Amino acid sequence: MVSYIIKRFLMMIATIFIIATLTFALMHSIPGSPFDSDKTSNPVIQQNLEKFYHLDDPLPVQYVSYLKAIVTFDFGPSIKKPNETVNSLLERGFPISLELGMITIIVACISGIILGTLAALRHNGLIDYFAMAIAVIGISIPNFILATVLIQVFAGQLGWLPAATWSSPKHMILPTLALATGPMAIIARLTRSSMLEVLTQDYIKMAKAKGLKPWRIVFRHALRNAMMPVVTIMGTMLASILTGTFVIEKIFAIPGMGKYFVESINNRDYPVIMGTTVFYSAFLVFMLFIVDIVYGLLDPRIKLHKKEGETS
Amino acid sequence: MTQAQQHEHVAAREKVLEVHNLHVTFKTFGGEVKAVRGVSFDLYKGETLAIVGESGCGKSVTSNAIMGLIPQPPGRIENGQIVYNGKDLSKMPKKALRKIQGMDISMIFQDPMTALNPTLTIGEQLTEGIRTHHGLSKDEAKKRAIEMLNLVGIPNPEERLKQYAHQFSGGMRQRIVIAIALICEPDVLIADEPTTALDVTIQAQILELFASIQERMGISIILITHDLGVVAKIADRIAVMYAGQIIEIGTKRDIFYRNTHPYTRGLLNSVPRLDLLEEELKPIDGTPPDLFDPPVGCGFAARCPFAMDVCEHVEPPATYITEEHRSYCWQQDERAKGLFANY
Repeated sequence: MVSYIIKRFLMMIATIFIIATLTFALMHSIPGSPFDSDKTSNPVIQQNLEKFYHLDDPLPVQYVSYLKAIVTFDFGPSIKKPNETVNSLLERGFPISLELGMITIIVACISGIILGTLAALRHNGLIDYFAMAIAVIGISIPNFILATVLIQVFAGQLGWLPAATWSSPKHMILPTLALATGPMAIIARLTRSSMLEVLTQDYIKMAKAKGLKPWRIVFRHALRNAMMPVVTIMGTMLASILTGTFVIEKIFAIPGMGKYFVESINNRDYPVIMGTTVFYSAFLVFMLFIVDIVYGLLDPRIKLHKKEGETS
Repeated sequence: MTQAQQHEHVAAREKVLEVHNLHVTFKTFGGEVKAVRGVSFDLYKGETLAIVGESGCGKSVTSNAIMGLIPQPPGRIENGQIVYNGKDLSKMPKKALRKIQGMDISMIFQDPMTALNPTLTIGEQLTEGIRTHHGLSKDEAKKRAIEMLNLVGIPNPEERLKQYAHQFSGGMRQRIVIAIALICEPDVLIADEPTTALDVTIQAQILELFASIQERMGISIILITHDLGVVAKIADRIAVMYAGQIIEIGTKRDIFYRNTHPYTRGLLNSVPRLDLLEEELKPIDGTPPDLFDPPVGCGFAARCPFAMDVCEHVEPPATYITEEHRSYCWQQDERAKGLFANY
């Protein structure tokens, strides 16, 4: 186990290094510079600014100092927001985005698993049709449409919930709902189909033959086996929820990372681009690592220490 | 001796389980399958009753019905009683039935590779039944589980309890399945083809285990199988099933040496024998009837070399050749006696 974690950790570093390098290459291959939108066209000022931010250095030199920034986790000041450093932006914005993302994941998982399990247990019954109808709707409606509809109905017409910002639990309901519905629908469908398969297995029949209570058969014997495919898609789902937060944050005026991320790319704010990208990818790679650990915990047949390390 | 007297005599042994006129059907898109059509038998204390027959003859459905494992819907027990301890299991509410499942009647499945849950430890799967039924504490249940693993011949039981199914070989897994089935000391054990998925050397070991357990615990075993070799080894009585019905039932000697039903003979003739090298295998011609629309008369009539007119139109009644040997064939009827003297 320990050797697996060490191996996996090294792979994570390699993954992040590749992402960082790609980001650097892409960032500098986009035409334009951070100062294009500035009113001043004085070439001397331009030159001085570039010198200040080391943008006149040859690219390899910039690359090395960029890597240094990553290792020391100090991405320096923002070019467009002179009073801010990348780190201060992350400190301010990321916890909010993380909160939104995590609440969404938890809500999506719990409701999706419950819905899928109920649907499987009442296969071809009313609950099944109802759950699958919700799932189809959830999968087909993009979250930004759902978000605007939710605002219109619950904040506008009914006036029950606030339309924007992120200041109290009440404010969190609509954004979470908008973001969680899609993933919930996917999880519900997946749980249902794998649950249906597991329920026909011999070991479920055997559990019934032991005279166990139905809830014990479902939770202890079936659910854990049915969770494997759900855990598998968890990794990619995390990525989509994380990027989904950007859109939802914009719609609900939530002061998370999304705004800075998008702005930084439009402005060619190099330090912010690299800071946020590297930070987010590191976070994602770490979450995938957690998913793999959970995998091993759920199914004892998966032996982590024997598996060859893999970049996910 | 009249039939009533015969029944009285048989009743002198202690009956553990009685199945009367059991009918089980399954609704499918193609229509209603009449999988079991009037099966009756008694199971006595401490005996092994083998139910033999080809695939699809209803032997597994019968055992699942006794165990309360017929999925409803699509399945349904149309008619009949399964009497255990004076109570009819087929009409019992699920909750009451759960108290009997695993506790008084338990079951062993065919494939030990799939019968154990891959994500739970052996210890948990062994102890959960007895903890539910007897309310034992964790430590007591563990002690009992270790005893059971010793009984079925698994070395180092204490460490093995913490392991998972994939860490055991096929034969070991079947031993564990047996231990799980026996941990509550049931009266009746239903073994649904317990050795089919195992290789021959392991089969012999498992059969020996059955014999020793039966001797020690005095349980009654219903053995579902199509392997007549297994039957010859451990059965006391044999019921031969065909097309959802028992067509002949009797002691092992009755069925092997004094059989009366043409199907029983056909079944025995289709078993390869090592002692008669020159004899060719004689398969039974034809195929079993369609159970969507079972024949009115004898189920075997269409394939039977001795079929008479009556066989196709009227279901043969039970004929008691001896008090324990019962056959369902018109040949045994008084009026047909002499017709087949040459065979």
